[in-house]
Amino acid sequence: MSQSPSYTEYHPRWIRTRVSTYWWLKRWSYFAFILREVSSIFVAWFVVYLLLLVRAVSQGDSAYQQFLSWSGQPVVLVLNIVTLSFVIVHAITWFNLAPQAMVVHMRGKRVPGSLIAASNYFAWAVVSALVVWLVLE
Amino acid sequence: MTPHHDIVLVGGGGAGLRAAIAIAETNPRLNIAVVSKVYPMRSHTVSAEGGAAGAIAPDDSLDEHAYDTISGGDWLCDQDAVEAFVVEAPQELLRLEHWGCPWSREPNGRIAVRPFGGMKKMRTWFAADKTGFHMLHTLFQTSLKYTSVIRYDEWFVTKLLVDDGKVQGVVAIELMSGKVEAITARAVILCTGGCGRVFPFTTNASIKNGDGMALAYRAGAPLKDMEFVQYHPTGLPFTGILITEAARAEGGYLINKDGYRYLQDYNLGKPQPGPVFRSMELGPRDRLSQAFMKEVEKGRTIDTPYGPVVHLDLRHLGEKLINTKLPFVRELCLKYQNIDPVKELIPVRPVVHYMMGGVHTNINGATPLEGLYAAGEVACVSINGANRLGSNSLPELLVFGARAGRAAAEHASREAPLSVAVLAQAKDEQVRLGNEFLHKSGGRERLATLREEMQKTLEQSAGIYRSGDLLTRGVDKMRELQERVLDVKLEDESRTFNTERIAAVELSFMLDVAEAIVNSALRRTESRGAHQRTDFPARDDQRYLSHSLIFRRDDGSCRVEYLPVTITRWPPGERVYGR
Amino acid sequence: MAERITLQVARYRPEEQSEVTFEEYEVPCPKEWVVLDGLNYVKDQLSGSLSYRWSCRMGICGSCGMTVNGEPKLTCATFLADYSPGPVRVEPLRNFPVIRDLVVDIGDFMRKLTSVKPWIIRKEEKPLSEGEYLQTPQEMDEYQQFSMCINCMLCYAACPIYGLDPHFIGPAAIALAQRYNLDSRDEGARERREILSDHEGIWGCTFVGECTKVCPKHVDPAGAIQRYKLDTALESLKTFFMPWGAR
Repeated sequence: MSQSPSYTEYHPRWIRTRVSTYWWLKRWSYFAFILREVSSIFVAWFVVYLLLLVRAVSQGDSAYQQFLSWSGQPVVLVLNIVTLSFVIVHAITWFNLAPQAMVVHMRGKRVPGSLIAASNYFAWAVVSALVVWLVLE
Repeated sequence: MTPHHDIVLVGGGGAGLRAAIAIAETNPRLNIAVVSKVYPMRSHTVSAEGGAAGAIAPDDSLDEHAYDTISGGDWLCDQDAVEAFVVEAPQELLRLEHWGCPWSREPNGRIAVRPFGGMKKMRTWFAADKTGFHMLHTLFQTSLKYTSVIRYDEWFVTKLLVDDGKVQGVVAIELMSGKVEAITARAVILCTGGCGRVFPFTTNASIKNGDGMALAYRAGAPLKDMEFVQYHPTGLPFTGILITEAARAEGGYLINKDGYRYLQDYNLGKPQPGPVFRSMELGPRDRLSQAFMKEVEKGRTIDTPYGPVVHLDLRHLGEKLINTKLPFVRELCLKYQNIDPVKELIPVRPVVHYMMGGVHTNINGATPLEGLYAAGEVACVSINGANRLGSNSLPELLVFGARAGRAAAEHASREAPLSVAVLAQAKDEQVRLGNEFLHKSGGRERLATLREEMQKTLEQSAGIYRSGDLLTRGVDKMRELQERVLDVKLEDESRTFNTERIAAVELSFMLDVAEAIVNSALRRTESRGAHQRTDFPARDDQRYLSHSLIFRRDDGSCRVEYLPVTITRWPPGERVYGR
Repeated sequence: MAERITLQVARYRPEEQSEVTFEEYEVPCPKEWVVLDGLNYVKDQLSGSLSYRWSCRMGICGSCGMTVNGEPKLTCATFLADYSPGPVRVEPLRNFPVIRDLVVDIGDFMRKLTSVKPWIIRKEEKPLSEGEYLQTPQEMDEYQQFSMCINCMLCYAACPIYGLDPHFIGPAAIALAQRYNLDSRDEGARERREILSDHEGIWGCTFVGECTKVCPKHVDPAGAIQRYKLDTALESLKTFFMPWGAR
């Protein structure tokens, strides 16, 4: 039994495997997690876009029209469509995870997680309907 | 630099951790080492399911708990020890509650108790159906508080260091590196658990090899009542996994192949729809296992690839009750045998569960060898006598773990410095562990083969029913295996985490323990509790109201003596159930 | 009617090797056998030098955690037949240093466990003569789930954060801290807050959620961590806005 140079008696060398930089490609659940995290960048873009819209509106009609035509350009349009899908991903994952973080008690019993998620979705639907109605009016 | 501590605890399970906490609280200046061959939370205490008995109900009394224990033990229990035990059991369980143990509660917040086999009143405290798990984790996490407790995790003790008639420490292998070290101490407490792995079908984990029993036996301390091996009547056939007594306590039925509740044929009462204390399925374990063997003889059991079984029927309890009171039972059946107890019958057979015998100690956990203490299943005080009642062993860990801890602490604070001679012994042991195990060449026997032969022999000769000639054959076979083990083939030459070397040492421990079992059983020519002889079917209080003490001679053979049982208030009577 | 199945088992002997290698063993595969039974067969009949941990083989001691076909599993609870026709790749648990073959070092977790003070902390202990601390079944329900942890380390093996940063305190340690924080008998939440609110404590967690997925005892450590994040955040807001009310 030869001794490899890295082993000293009674001090066995432990193998520590380095985690690869591409760890997030190794499993579907890790990849989904990264997508979820990346979606926050797109949420940030939507916030910036909203601020630009508000600024355009406040600067008067011609600035607003300029903004609309700029938004109509293919690049911006595609970006916003992609952003919308990521924001939906963001919202869905958020609502699905919310029950794990929030434990609500009503009359001494725990409210089941599905109910918490469902109430979040319901609130989302209601607010969206309200916004659509406001915009179309 | 040899590590030195005031007290060394061998084993880090329920008894060991309780003893460590007791020492740390009694005398914070004492330096304690817990030397365990596994991380403490892996100790076998973790798998106990049913509960722990402590008399707290208003309609219950300590005397009743004592009487149930003594009669359940077929009057082989030392009654002074039982009297002390029943007083301290509820106190220890309460102390554990204060440390955070999640005992199940009544709706008003008080601790709940449930019925259990052999107990006439409801006095078993329980934490869902994972009592041992919660107790062990509570003890372990609480022990982390005490800085005077130093842990040696995954160190395997191979020998006790004895000099001048006093135990002065241990020799242990550090699994991780393979280093062999002496750990000297003024007192050693053995808390290594039982020896179920000596048998083929057992609920016990792979780590239960009777290590502490063999260590004490080789050091010159006697083993007591080794012939009393408890079979649990309901274990899964292939894995031996325990289906807790609580399943019967909640109202399960045991039925044979005709769907008949066969226990009514064996003087255990009449079948009622619900559970009745000390009757039918809630009778004591030894009687239930014996009933099974009789059913096998009559051909009324069901045959499976793993031997004959009977069925445990829980279907009538309903899904809600099973999910609240017996969730772990359902999980075990689904995960390991793919059976749903809500809809199907569970196949069960008796499996070895507990060792009533062990290292002989007094009421404070002290062995006749000075400086050596023992507590828990490894010890025999004896409060379990010839048959242990369910839910008595968990409080036993706490009560006698604490007692042994306090006694050892007192001894250690008085003891003089150690002799140097022990270090020479340690050096010899280090050489032996190297030559006989690591650098062993040749050998023709496989470890696994020897182990299986030992297990098969024990099941045949020292099973539920025993006879003189089967036992004699068992004695001879053990002698043969002791010779053959010297010729074992060991393939692992590495020092690092060499589990084959550990398994070989464990096998040598198990062979010593197996020899003690068959020899003690051969000498006891009566039937009592878990020791049933077909050639001597009656209980003989004239000659055998005593404990057997087995000593090892230098040449490896043994001699047996008898020590009378301490009777205080309850003269021997008849064990009566179902009436 | 037992078929056979091939196990590809990771081997590492530090005295002889400098890397992990794989060896193949063919073992029987009856329907009741779990991966652990296969490993025991290898050790008993084929290669006595295979080292691994196991004890209770009923999923309660937590010793036998290993990586089976890339997933962290308890080998006593994983049926071989589910992987038929095989091969089954058995490796040591990820994210821990490998000592030998399938054995990893869990000392890091043991230290982290001690650091979160997993014991009942009270200002004043009740004497035994006064009986038990009252705790209703509803109060026990609050923390019961988190007390089920068997310390099997599968959650650490699944957590990518722990893999990338071994200083992260980890799912099981936080779940056990929460077990005590939420226990109505405990008064030590403040003492645990410092170590848990560290950036390597709960804030290291990004809620990947893998820990909860692999936990064999349904402890839901991810839930424990997020709840604690919410509680701690609210607590800091309270101390900021109402310093006189904070205890």
